[in-house]
Amino acid sequence: MAEVTYVEAIRSAMEEEMRRDDRVLLMGEDVGAKGGVFGATAGLFQEFGEERVIDSPLAEAAIVGVAIGCALAGLRPVAEIQFLDFIPPAMDQIISEAAKIRYRSNNDWNCPMVIRAPCGGGVHVHGALYHSQSLEALFAHVPGLKVVMPSTPRDAKGLLLAAIRDPDPVCFFEHKALYRSLREEVPEGEYVVPIGKGRVVREGRDLSCITYGATVHEAATAAERLASQGIQVEVIDLRSVRPLDRDLIVSSARKTGKVLVAHEANLALGVGAEVAAIVAEECFQQLDAPVMRLGGPEIPAIPFAESLAEVYCLGPDKIEAKLRELAAY
Amino acid sequence: MALTESAPAEADQMSQDRLRSMYRDMVLGRLLDERILVLNRQGRAPFAISGQGHEAAQVGVGYALRRGHDWLVPYYRDLTLVLVMGMEPRDHLMAALGRAADPNSGARQMPGHYGSRAHNIVTTGSPVATQILHAVGVAQAFRYRHEDKVVVVSVGEGGTSEGDWHEGLNWAAIYHLPVIFLVENNSFAISVPQSRQMAVPHVADRAIGYGMPGVVVDGGDVMAVHEAATQAVARARRGEGPTLLEAVCVRLQSHSSDDDQRRYRTADDLAEMRRHDPVERFRIQLEASAVLADGDADEIRLECQRLIEAAQAEADKAPVPDSATALLHVYGEG
Repeated sequence: MAEVTYVEAIRSAMEEEMRRDDRVLLMGEDVGAKGGVFGATAGLFQEFGEERVIDSPLAEAAIVGVAIGCALAGLRPVAEIQFLDFIPPAMDQIISEAAKIRYRSNNDWNCPMVIRAPCGGGVHVHGALYHSQSLEALFAHVPGLKVVMPSTPRDAKGLLLAAIRDPDPVCFFEHKALYRSLREEVPEGEYVVPIGKGRVVREGRDLSCITYGATVHEAATAAERLASQGIQVEVIDLRSVRPLDRDLIVSSARKTGKVLVAHEANLALGVGAEVAAIVAEECFQQLDAPVMRLGGPEIPAIPFAESLAEVYCLGPDKIEAKLRELAAY
Repeated sequence: MALTESAPAEADQMSQDRLRSMYRDMVLGRLLDERILVLNRQGRAPFAISGQGHEAAQVGVGYALRRGHDWLVPYYRDLTLVLVMGMEPRDHLMAALGRAADPNSGARQMPGHYGSRAHNIVTTGSPVATQILHAVGVAQAFRYRHEDKVVVVSVGEGGTSEGDWHEGLNWAAIYHLPVIFLVENNSFAISVPQSRQMAVPHVADRAIGYGMPGVVVDGGDVMAVHEAATQAVARARRGEGPTLLEAVCVRLQSHSSDDDQRRYRTADDLAEMRRHDPVERFRIQLEASAVLADGDADEIRLECQRLIEAAQAEADKAPVPDSATALLHVYGEG
């Protein structure tokens, strides 16, 4: 088994699936000869040609709308939006069209497609307001969509294979800080992770930290630090935010009785609110503390200057402090 | 840009059966449209949207396609066009009355939101011009699989103000895709006249900016539309790329059953428009050239009426959707 980065895992998932299934084709800005601005499609244009790896005009609604048309005509398109921040022009196509095609046609049509987009702040350079956002809650609100946010190279590969094979539209949001910062062994060939199943990153009996995406790693660091002080934190990686793994959320909350939900996206009206509501509805009798949440403050996105960005971003320290507060409750 | 008019001799080149069939489809579309409006006025159909005045444009284009082979991505005025593609009056009476057997959507959408996989008619929603991009994607799939199919996508002239219109034409021209962009220009987007949608006299004037032919045709002249559409389809099938085909139509009815165009159009304008009824015009043309003999038009009309009566009787008795099905088909099984 080869050790690969997160972005290489994504690339290899597409490559393997294109070799296996000739219905799969790619489209997006710079996905061709350049191989994508983050290299997620590197080499695929050279291997599969311009009819299968399509350099689109600079038009996000068209990237998604044309992909929908391909899906309606029997293909399995993977559309890349260069940054999730630039997806709003395609929202009509995603929300009004892709998400509703099966329902509105009473199951006569369906729309099997993947919309890939890098999201989140970077490691050293956060990208500022328009290269850093985590907009998953906008999509997670919409019945008909699935929203996947992998946190590891293994999951990136396994979930992307599942997304391409899914009969319905899947939003696949890749945290760009993970692209090259992580490396792990990823199975070659057939390795599919089902959409909608979360993962226990580390077990713990005292507190639950429910999270997803890059925040999983920050939470794991915080949990590691607390473990050395005798506080056992169970870290849950949701892996997809629609559908949510309700069973895993409920079983962990019932076990520990204390839950922190953490994500990089803005806190208010976000995914964490839905998770907190599930815990409140299903685990009220087992709770020993109010559900706590951590997320972005009430500013539009991550500012450019580091001194401003640190106000937005979570990081292990803030998560550790919140977990201590929860433990002491 | 070229302005095409049908030559009188052209009708002779087509078989008389085919001409009668074209006329029959125009009449069927018109009478079905009228019936649905009556059902609305009777309080039985909650919503209706009319295509009256567009029948010649739709039949002219529909008869240029290979049924069961080519694809259509329609818009809400295309009742006659989806009939040409193979749908039946019963399908639309089921939709008008909100019956479970509505093949477009199982009565999940408002009537006029056409779609039928069996007839290569792509499902459509309410946002204007989103369908343009779907047609481009369908054509991209045809190209990828080396199929000789073409796709027609239709829209009103108001829809050409949308960004998806621009993005779609640009993409289709870049990749020389087999798409016919049919603009059924009836001069009004609800109440807003064409002069408030664009500063050019014809939508087709914009084609040059995309690098594709733009053709304006009299949308009341079925043979002229058919000729222009046939050329556009042939060009697309040869792999030479898309065509912007603008059919200038009249909107004989208001935008929808919730609109009254007398509030924003003058009486003179409405009276003048009614003198350009395309169904009447084709009847006169076919009678003058003896394709229709005395009494033929009445007979066709009766046959269509009988079809619609039978279809309505079936729809009247058909059940509404079971409430238990409302939660189904958000996602696929498994």
